[in-house]
Amino acid sequence: MQSENVRERLPWLFRWETALAIIVAAIAVIGASASPQFLTANNLFNLGLSNGEIAIMVLPMTLIIITGEIDLSVASILGMSSCLLGYLWERHWPMIVIFVVIALVGLAAGAVNGLLITRLGLPSLAVTIGTLTLYAGVAQILLGPTTVANFPAAYTNLGVNAVPGTGNALTYSTLAFAVLALIFGVVLHATPVGRGIFAMGASPEAALFAGIRVKRIKTILFMISGLVCAFAGVLYTFRLSTAVANNGVGLELDVVAIVLVGGISIFGGKGSILGAVLGVLAFAGIQNALLLTNFNQEASGVVAGGLLLVSVFLPGTRPLWRRIAAHSRGRVAVRKAA
Amino acid sequence: MRLRRATWLALPLLIVSPLLAACSSSSNGSSPTQASSSSGTSGSLKTGLKVFVIPKNLGNSYFTTSDSAKSGGALAAVQQLGESGSETSGTADTPSSQIPAIQAAISKGANALVLSATDPNALCPTLESAMKRGISVVTFDSDAPSCRDLFINQASSQALGASEVDLLAKQIGESGQIAVVSASADDTNQNVWISYMKQELKKYPKMSLVSVVYGNDDTATSTQVTQGLLEQYPDLKGIISPTTVGLPAAAAVLDTAKYRGKVALTGLGTPDEMKQYVADGTVKSFELWNPADLGYLAAYAAVELSSGKITGAQGQTFTAGKLGTFTVGSDHQVLLGAPFVFTSANINTFNF
Amino acid sequence: MTAAVLRPGQRKTGERSTGRTLSERVFRVRETGILVVLVLFVAVTAGLQHRFLSASNVQFVLVNTTIYALLALGETMVVVSRNVDLSVGSVLGMSAYLSADLFGGHRGIPIVVVFLAGLGIGLGWGIVNGLLVAAGRVPSLVVTLATLYIIRGADILIVGGGMVTANTLPAAFTGIPKATVGGIPDLAIVVAAVIAAGAYYLRTYRSGRELYAIGSNPDAARLAGIPAGRRILTAFAVSGALAGVAGVLWAAQYGTVDSTAGTSYELTVVTAVVVGGVAIFGGSGSVVGAALGALLLSTINSALYVLGISSFWDQAIAGFLLIFAISIDRVIQVRLTAALRQRSARRAE
Repeated sequence: MQSENVRERLPWLFRWETALAIIVAAIAVIGASASPQFLTANNLFNLGLSNGEIAIMVLPMTLIIITGEIDLSVASILGMSSCLLGYLWERHWPMIVIFVVIALVGLAAGAVNGLLITRLGLPSLAVTIGTLTLYAGVAQILLGPTTVANFPAAYTNLGVNAVPGTGNALTYSTLAFAVLALIFGVVLHATPVGRGIFAMGASPEAALFAGIRVKRIKTILFMISGLVCAFAGVLYTFRLSTAVANNGVGLELDVVAIVLVGGISIFGGKGSILGAVLGVLAFAGIQNALLLTNFNQEASGVVAGGLLLVSVFLPGTRPLWRRIAAHSRGRVAVRKAA
Repeated sequence: MRLRRATWLALPLLIVSPLLAACSSSSNGSSPTQASSSSGTSGSLKTGLKVFVIPKNLGNSYFTTSDSAKSGGALAAVQQLGESGSETSGTADTPSSQIPAIQAAISKGANALVLSATDPNALCPTLESAMKRGISVVTFDSDAPSCRDLFINQASSQALGASEVDLLAKQIGESGQIAVVSASADDTNQNVWISYMKQELKKYPKMSLVSVVYGNDDTATSTQVTQGLLEQYPDLKGIISPTTVGLPAAAAVLDTAKYRGKVALTGLGTPDEMKQYVADGTVKSFELWNPADLGYLAAYAAVELSSGKITGAQGQTFTAGKLGTFTVGSDHQVLLGAPFVFTSANINTFNF
Repeated sequence: MTAAVLRPGQRKTGERSTGRTLSERVFRVRETGILVVLVLFVAVTAGLQHRFLSASNVQFVLVNTTIYALLALGETMVVVSRNVDLSVGSVLGMSAYLSADLFGGHRGIPIVVVFLAGLGIGLGWGIVNGLLVAAGRVPSLVVTLATLYIIRGADILIVGGGMVTANTLPAAFTGIPKATVGGIPDLAIVVAAVIAAGAYYLRTYRSGRELYAIGSNPDAARLAGIPAGRRILTAFAVSGALAGVAGVLWAAQYGTVDSTAGTSYELTVVTAVVVGGVAIFGGSGSVVGAALGALLLSTINSALYVLGISSFWDQAIAGFLLIFAISIDRVIQVRLTAALRQRSARRAE
């Protein structure tokens, strides 16, 4: 069949990432035609500011979901690190020391997740719901009802200034995202560790027998997630120049939604960093385009949920279509036989 | 099969794109026009300015009243003056949710921003970049003190804080324990009012403020913190809840035979949500101002600023349509007026 | 803890029954475990502060728990079948507004009709979830995450800037959570009865037990002839319907409803369910345990206030409790599996 030949010769044409790239391009085109400000440097800068931290958190989440686990505590680690930053700053600790402490706390928070999941064999969904609540609670205990907002301008300027020398479109968080995406992409797609991550998700037992150190890699992935989210928390706090207990609340759902939209399978074993990056662009692009085109902002949740459903439902309905096709074929056969 | 999947995805987009294009050619209020400086009809105020009204969040009835044209709020003033405007914001009461809306407004060529700040500091980078581009920034209801041209205050913060305490003191015979059910911890106006409440309390040596709890402007949380107060302080005589979400929540808790009349309650609320509790005696009196008037005044001030008629310096005066004349006070603040006290005698004449 | 798959009409005798009885015993141990923790907790808190057991506080805690208990009942059915329903908070919110709004638009509408409306809204969304999961074969985490967004978004659109205020609600309606008999809220008694009915259904009826089978081994369940798709659809439909009813109760309890009602409830419900001993991967757990889990969380929340401990500790404690509970469950599961294996090994000799 013609289509079979094309599929053999150009397999990349038929992957989810291609479809997603088309969607992102379409969003760019439609957004630009609906609003002249969409593709301006200033708007891209704003896009980067508003979504930078979420984008950064998407990267380790992608790897974790590919291994067949999930980490719902990401936003709480962000919030906890934000409150820790405020708490220590209020007590006049030097900023460098604060950064080190936050990095260590992020690693520890991730390690708690990783150890509970690998050593005790607990399901990651339940564990990370627990740590989500626990770390959010720690954030509340740290700052209580107070806000810390007197951070030095040298740091809070990352919410104001673009990276020097690149025109006015690149935020520090976007730069960090790009660098991290490269690193994660290389690790996932071009190293044995990466292949092991895919194997773990596709078949945990086979991976074990193949000698892949599943427990160690998973624990490290969760620790990296903790570290990255703590870093995102610092960025978030400086961008808003405010540390308060409810920073980041609820963001984990957005992160998971973006990863899923990016084509990473919730069952594990499939996905790519490219997909995750395109997912970030699609998600952020749609929200931004809606804002710029007088779309009723109250409906943005419907759009986000719809996008998520579409991205998962369409591939998943193949078995449904097959069954319907088989069903109708079956009925015809029965009638013919009768 | 997979090739078709890509087509399936493209199809909804093809359907949606004309919708988006259609949406962009109309906005809430009036059709967008170029921001041109033409000699307008209302004195020397410019017309055709783009004014964006950005409440803390969408879906809050208080802000719907203050912003919408139907209730005579900010957008009504915008329309009357021949400007174009729309209301926009996020759906969560947080700076992360509000900032993208502010940025979008700037991108869309705003001449003026009228906003209620979700946080006193977090919005500043965005607001400062707006002011650098010559956009007039007017805050109302909740301030961002270091990064706006004018703040339209519903009433002097001192008057609000003090009057809340006075209202409660009268009801509890000026003695006993009281508590405050507030909104969220980083709310600018809440913290300012509470500090003035504490000052006013010095006039009543037999009254003491035993606790301030935070309901986060969430009904269920406000209910639970109120219940907690009642259990922790069995001798509690009165509660002040200066938030339009916290007050009805606290009232619902006190609306039982056990507490009605024993624990007094006052605060800030809209007449509609409090009618039930005033009628059955749970609340004797509470205050507010007219949010629509607040929004109306803020929009007028923004247009005056943007037209260059005032600069926001102390002592300048301007007229705000049906509301009369106002003078800019210290710290670039304009006061709407004194808070209005609602009681069973007058509450049924209001519908917001 | 895997419940053995029963063929329809099979009598429980011999080995199977011992294995099942052992599991049953463990179920009860788990429920008893939470009960013991709850009683200990209450005793200690009441010892430190006798006002904890005052009539008014008991009423507060019980009424606050009823909504979560109803949600926990539906969520248990879903989780037991190896799924999850994250949309319950959004369904509650939409149901709360739309049903309470009926009073304003239709004077004199019977309260029962309003409850049915809420139930209907929840049921509708539950069926949507169930169809997407069962027929569309989309993982429930993804489906209900998407419907969480969509339903909340639709609710925000519908409500706009409006809200339902207490003065539009009849006194009989807002009085529902306040009615008490002998100091115990009527509502708590009714919900307890509903929980008991749910527990009975899951324990005794074949379709209820099949949910456990589907959760512990979906493929084996299908091969054994269990109509998994239909059962899962029913579980989601029930979860949605209960969330709808919980929404109406929410409106009765708080009196003022806007578009934020029920936000983030799904997290608390899943926490309560897991603390209550329901395994997140399905196959085991009880509704009574889940309801006790909800009660425990409410009790802790109240205790913090009464003891004067900053309520900012509430979330940290809840999170820690969840992790502790699943760790204990894991230890029990390992021991139980080992014990079962030993028993059948001994029998084989």
